[in-house]
Amino acid sequence: MDSSEIKQLKVLAAKARMGAILGTYHAKSGHPGGSLSAADIFTYLYFKEMRVDPANPQWADRDRFVLSKGHCCPSLYAILALKGFFDWDELTSLRHVGAMLQGHPDMKGTPGIDMSTGSLGQGVSAACGMALAGKLDKKDYRVYTVLGDGEVEEGQVWEAAMFAAHNKLDNLTLFVDQNGLQIDGPVEQVCGIEPLDKKFEAFGFEVIKIDGHDFEQIQSAVEKAKTVKGKPTAILARTVKGKGVSFMENQVGWHGVAPNKEQYEAATAELQAQIDKLEGEC
Amino acid sequence: MAETVMKATRESFGEALCELAETNPDIVVFDADLAAATKTGVFQKKFPERFFDCGIAEGNMIGVAAGMAATGKIPVAASFAMFATGRAFEQIRNSVAYPELNVKIAGSHAGISTGEDGATHQCIEDIAIMRAIPNMMVLNPADHWEMKAATKAALEYNGPVYIRLGRLAIPSFNDPETYSFELGKGITLHEGNDVAVIASGLVVNEALKAVKELEAEGINARLINIHTIKPIDRDIIIKAAQETGRIITVEEHNVVGGLADAVSEVVTDACPVKITRIGVQDRFGFSGPAWELLDDFGLTQPHIARVIREVVGK
Repeated sequence: MDSSEIKQLKVLAAKARMGAILGTYHAKSGHPGGSLSAADIFTYLYFKEMRVDPANPQWADRDRFVLSKGHCCPSLYAILALKGFFDWDELTSLRHVGAMLQGHPDMKGTPGIDMSTGSLGQGVSAACGMALAGKLDKKDYRVYTVLGDGEVEEGQVWEAAMFAAHNKLDNLTLFVDQNGLQIDGPVEQVCGIEPLDKKFEAFGFEVIKIDGHDFEQIQSAVEKAKTVKGKPTAILARTVKGKGVSFMENQVGWHGVAPNKEQYEAATAELQAQIDKLEGEC
Repeated sequence: MAETVMKATRESFGEALCELAETNPDIVVFDADLAAATKTGVFQKKFPERFFDCGIAEGNMIGVAAGMAATGKIPVAASFAMFATGRAFEQIRNSVAYPELNVKIAGSHAGISTGEDGATHQCIEDIAIMRAIPNMMVLNPADHWEMKAATKAALEYNGPVYIRLGRLAIPSFNDPETYSFELGKGITLHEGNDVAVIASGLVVNEALKAVKELEAEGINARLINIHTIKPIDRDIIIKAAQETGRIITVEEHNVVGGLADAVSEVVTDACPVKITRIGVQDRFGFSGPAWELLDDFGLTQPHIARVIREVVGK
C-alpha cells in the first residue's frame, strides 16, 4: 500500500465512524465504543481484502465476514453502505420499528450480513462452519470474524477455537478487537483474559499481534494469515475503545450509550475535520 | 400388515440418514462424541468425509452447523436431547432459528426411557424448549417407519427442525405398505367417539394397545398420533374435541410445555373440553430399566387403559 491508499482507507474509516455516530444518535441507543475501535479492521477487510459483490450479496464464492461481537454493527453497517450494499440513509433508522438495520446483525434482512449475531461467542462457531464448508467444497473463499476481548470470556469461543484448529481451518482468520474495556469495566479487572496470545497459541492458532488502527500492520497480518497452512490465524489487534472521537476514547461509559445531539455534532465535526485534513493531504 | 420391526427410533434415524445421503450430497452430519449412541455413527462409517465429530461441545456444534447451513449445506446435528436442546438452547435460538437456517437437530435418548443413566440424562423438557422457539418445527415420531419417513421429510423441508429420538427398542405398529407421513398432519389410528386419546412418540403404541383392549369392554376411544408437535394439526384436534367432548393426552415428557399444552392451546381457543394429561407429572426421573420406569410413570398400556376407563366412567 502506498501512502495515498492508506489515506483513502483512513478517510473511509473516518466515514464509517461518522456512520456509527449517526446511527446510534438516531437510534438513541447502541454501542459506539466498540464500533469505533473495530472500524479500521472493517474498513481494511471490505475495501482492501475481501472478495464481495454488493450487487450479488449471496455470491457463493464470496469471502465471508462474521461479526461475532454483533453489537458493534453500527460501523459495519456504515462500511456496507459505503461499499454499496444499501443506502447510507438506512443508518438514520437504525434500531427503529420496521427498519432494515436491526440492533444486532440480521442476515435475513440486511444485504451483506453473512451471519446473524449478537449473542456473544456464537459468531465464531458459525465462521468455523463456513470455513469447514469451504474446505469440504474445495472453494478458495476465506472467512473472517471479529470478536471482542470481553467476548473471549465466553466458553464457546474456546470450543470453537479447538474445533478450528482440529479441523485445520487455515481459511479462517479471527480478529480480537482488544480495546481493553467491557461493560462492567476494564477486561483485566472484570475477568482477565491474558495472556491471550499464549491461549490462542496453545489452542493451535497462528497468533499475530498488531496495532488495530495501523493499516500497514493490519495488511501484513492478513497477508501472513493467507500463507499459514494447516491452522487458523488469530490476529490480536490492540485498539482504543471510542477511537477517533476524543471524548469517547478509552471511556468504558461509551460502551453502550448513544450520543445526544450536542455530542453527535461534536463527534461528527471532529471526524469531519479528520477527513478534511486527510483529503487536504491527498 | 408387514412384520413388526423391533427397533429404537435412533436406529431408524441413522438408517434414514444413510439412505438420504446417497442421493443428496449436501447432507452433512455433526455429533458431539455420542455418534455410537445417537446412531450417526452408521453415517460416519458410510460417509466419513461428510461427518464431523465436534467433541463434547454442543454449543459450538450447533453454531458450526448454522454456519454450514448459511453456505447451502443441510447439516444434521445430533446429541442426547438433554444436551442438544438444553446445553445448546441459546445457540439453537439465536444461530439457527432466528436466521431460519436449514439445520436439523436430532435429540436422542429423550424421555425417561433413557433408563439407567437416570435423571441427568432423561430429558423431559426438550419438546417444551424447542416448541417455544419461533421458526422451529418439532417432530416426535412413534415407530421405525414413522421415524424413517419423518427424517426424510425433515431433510426435504427447508428450515430448522428438531427431531426427537428414543434409545429404547420398540415394536413398530405402522404398516409400511399403507403408511404415509405428512409434516403437520396427525394420524387417526383408531376410531371412536367416547373419548379422544392424543399421543405422541414412544407411548403411541402403548396407547394403541390400550384402546384396542378397551374395545372388548365397549369403550370406543379415538386414538390420534401427533408426530408433528409444531406446527400442530389443529383440525384433527378440534374435530376430536367437537366429536368426543373429552381429551386424554399421552406423552413421555413433562406435562408442562409438551404435547398436553400444545393440545390445550388448540382447544382452549377453538373448542374448550376437559383434558386429562398422562405424562411425567412435573418431576425428575431416576435410574432403572426403561420399561420399569415407563410403568412407574404410568405410561404403559394398563395405566393408559385405566385412565381411559376413569374418564369415560366405565
